[in-house]
Amino acid sequence: MRPESGAAKAVALGLTEAEYDGIVDRLEREPNQVELAMFSLMWSEHCAYKHSKKLLRTLPTEGPRLVLGPGENAGAVDVGDGWSVAFKVESHNHPSAVEPFQGAATGVGGILRDVFAIGARPIAVLDSLRFGEPTSERSRYLLDHAVAGIGHYGNSIGVATVGGEVYFEAPYEQNCLVNAMCVGLVRTEALIRSAAAGVGNQLVLFGASTGRDGIGGASVLASAELGEADDDKRPTVQIGDPFEEKKLLECSLELLDRGLLVALQDLGAAGLTSSSSEMASKGGVGLEIDVRKVPLREPGMAPFEIMVSESQERMLCVCEPANVEAVLEVCARWEVGGTVIGEITDTRRMVIRDGGEVVGDMPVEALVDDCPLYDLEPARPAAPLYAAPAVTLAAADADDPSAALLALLGSPNIASRRALFEQYDALVGSRTVRRPETADAAVLLMPHGSAIAVSIDGSGRRVAADPYRGAVEAVLECAANLACVGAEPLGLTNCLNFGNPEKPHIAWQLTEAVRGLGDACRALDVPVVGGNVSLYNEGGGGPIYPTPVVGMVGELPDPLHAGRTGFAREGDAIAVAGPLRPSLAASELAKLRGDALPDALAEIDVAAVRAAHGAIRDAVRAGRLSSAHDVAEGGVLVAVAECCLAGDLGALLELGDDAGDLVTRLFGEGAGGFVVSGPADALRALADRVPVEVIGRVEGGSLRVTLDGEDRVALELARLRAAHGALAELFA
Amino acid sequence: MKFGVLQFPGSCDDRDAQLACARVGEAVMLWHGDRDLQGVDAVVVPGGFSYGDYLRAGAIARFSPIMESVIAFANDGGLVLGICNGFQVLCEAHLLPGALLPNTELRFVCRQVELEVVDADTPFTNLCAPGERLSIPAKHMTGRFHAPDLDPDLVVVRYATGHCFNGSQDEIAGVRNAAGNVFGLMPHPEHAVDPLTGSVDGLRVFESMARAAGVTGPNTAAVSHTR
Repeated sequence: MRPESGAAKAVALGLTEAEYDGIVDRLEREPNQVELAMFSLMWSEHCAYKHSKKLLRTLPTEGPRLVLGPGENAGAVDVGDGWSVAFKVESHNHPSAVEPFQGAATGVGGILRDVFAIGARPIAVLDSLRFGEPTSERSRYLLDHAVAGIGHYGNSIGVATVGGEVYFEAPYEQNCLVNAMCVGLVRTEALIRSAAAGVGNQLVLFGASTGRDGIGGASVLASAELGEADDDKRPTVQIGDPFEEKKLLECSLELLDRGLLVALQDLGAAGLTSSSSEMASKGGVGLEIDVRKVPLREPGMAPFEIMVSESQERMLCVCEPANVEAVLEVCARWEVGGTVIGEITDTRRMVIRDGGEVVGDMPVEALVDDCPLYDLEPARPAAPLYAAPAVTLAAADADDPSAALLALLGSPNIASRRALFEQYDALVGSRTVRRPETADAAVLLMPHGSAIAVSIDGSGRRVAADPYRGAVEAVLECAANLACVGAEPLGLTNCLNFGNPEKPHIAWQLTEAVRGLGDACRALDVPVVGGNVSLYNEGGGGPIYPTPVVGMVGELPDPLHAGRTGFAREGDAIAVAGPLRPSLAASELAKLRGDALPDALAEIDVAAVRAAHGAIRDAVRAGRLSSAHDVAEGGVLVAVAECCLAGDLGALLELGDDAGDLVTRLFGEGAGGFVVSGPADALRALADRVPVEVIGRVEGGSLRVTLDGEDRVALELARLRAAHGALAELFA
Repeated sequence: MKFGVLQFPGSCDDRDAQLACARVGEAVMLWHGDRDLQGVDAVVVPGGFSYGDYLRAGAIARFSPIMESVIAFANDGGLVLGICNGFQVLCEAHLLPGALLPNTELRFVCRQVELEVVDADTPFTNLCAPGERLSIPAKHMTGRFHAPDLDPDLVVVRYATGHCFNGSQDEIAGVRNAAGNVFGLMPHPEHAVDPLTGSVDGLRVFESMARAAGVTGPNTAAVSHTR
């Protein structure tokens, strides 16, 4: 008989009683305090992916340009000439909901560490944010502080924040989403893995000292629903120090440059516990760690606290004994603390010592690989999960194209993000060829003269309407953004933000969305190189919109021909290209009208969309188009207005009487559409590969739409610009 | 022409400055803990957050060993360019007049701005025409120039009308010392040296320095983007 207290403690730490029994079985005894703390974190959803791993295994992970796939700190793809680009996206949702500045800042810090842990120099950050409607004071507070936190960390460490997205929807009111993606550059031959190796090799902890911050962050914060008393969880949010991380980054890269390391790993969720045990698991070895050697920020920390602290800005490396001195010298030069805290053994056990005393002794496999994996029990919900949005545009105005256009341009999900992205350094590194709002994807120079394009996308509302097709659309839109600058996708990373997967309707959303992601990636031949899962995103008001966020890296051979959003030349023809079948279902206009979500989105011909991407990409690369922009939120007319504003040139659209439903045609949404401009013969040539409908020309200083020669929209650019600037008022 | 770019822990735009300098000459990195300036013809103090800037921008860097040598170099008439955080460091070191305060709106802002050359008769602007406009990005949270008793002759560049977002006194973007050999500039000329990334107007500053130093020669040490 075990004492009741063991199981009760385990439940308090986020485990189930059955899981506790499993731990006892594997240890063949009750775990002590250190062991239980370590198991509770390693068997948390955040570390073990116990509700998602089986689904993730269905995603395609092979591709001709793949260098490093899932399982490492970040994935990587080959970009030619011996260079690889590493990238990954990760969530920091619950910390940000509790303490937005530090939650977002440490989210950036963590994803940067993931990228330099494989030896890549971080060159770009993108972010994907979701908040409640900006009419809510709490949402404005969260937005303001999260943006400041992202800027604080990225700007101070000198990594350009080059892109991102933010959407406002009521279901994120309690539980905001803060996802950060990092892109890094590395010589392919210099990539380093995290597998510990070499019995007798030394384990060196370097970076910041260890404090009581972030204890239980991965289990009680990240792997549980948010509740009423979450201010109590502020102590589980870590504090970021970008200066410490800047030194850590330079120090790590110098250690690698000098060939001093066998393996490198960052300390993220679950701190020393996850980093050390995962290194041991990957290397098939054991580790012995003496917690008394870990430099502490505060006295009297118990061994279990040291093992699970989530103090930021720390790294763990393995080096040969002969190199220890040189490693510590490099650390000293960068004013980074470095300490030998243990060594590699052949026991395949994690042995934790406190000086002479063994305070924990567990099989590595039990801790890392033996967490039970659960089958989801998906069930499509019988009744709608989400309330209809509030009406913000009267039906009569929604039928008037001018009023609808102005309302859409000024709506929170479409208005200019300038007030946000201007708080980020988009230029440091001297590689940014396309900055925010100048193109659909950021374009970054590579050392050998070519360029990569990066984009991040996701649409919770459309996934909520149709998890399968919404997820397919998210992948297609990200690829469309790359096509608009002339880039071909090489790899994809994702962050799956969902509610509590133990509930059948959330399990259904998750299962359908992952099926959509996998099908879209296979259809585009783009491998998933890694990612992150964030579950339990629910507050008192119910689950968030299911929000798979996808980040993509693509390449373009010639940065001189990187595409632009803005119209560039008076007299250019304007066309809608691609197999767009506009529908108002789940569109931004439908949201403004207060329409409930539909049961499903329209079917997508993915092959036709892929063909359109190829046609646009080739035309941009060849320099035949003056501008290219994908049709997304707000439909064709919003896309045209965005091209006008980005290029500071007007447009005249002449629609004939066969236009059908004008409002649907102008504001309907769907995959596969592009607004392009260029010489008329270039658009005619494009029509050989993809449906092209010339709708007007670049002209003057206003946006006009005529139907049978009669003006239906006639708005000066200044008026459009004023509407588009609505978000800036939130920051006044 | 040999440029030396200072490197503090927390420097962010050091590699960018090195790339820019390498377009007109040789460019070496100078480590904050050293005192040897390696015989450079000019020193560039780059942007970033030296030592984290947690106390006050530039306050700690001013006391680094390398700055002792830079101060002596400047006092001997050597060319010193401080960009953004470098400008802050040079003010802290009293090599330049005034101080840089937090932006009026207390936010970091990254924006392409237009500058107007006030004084084209300096070692840093001798290739510009008076009144010429330069398109150069600015990005900072602490860039509001403040010097109540400033000699107006020391103003080298201003933000063009409508381009000053930080609240700087008289819209000043860059000032020199009385001798004219030290220049501090809040916007980032090193980010405006390549048409691919937006503008080449910043190159004028580095080329002016080479001209002033009278050291010309082939650029034999071009630095490419590496790790």
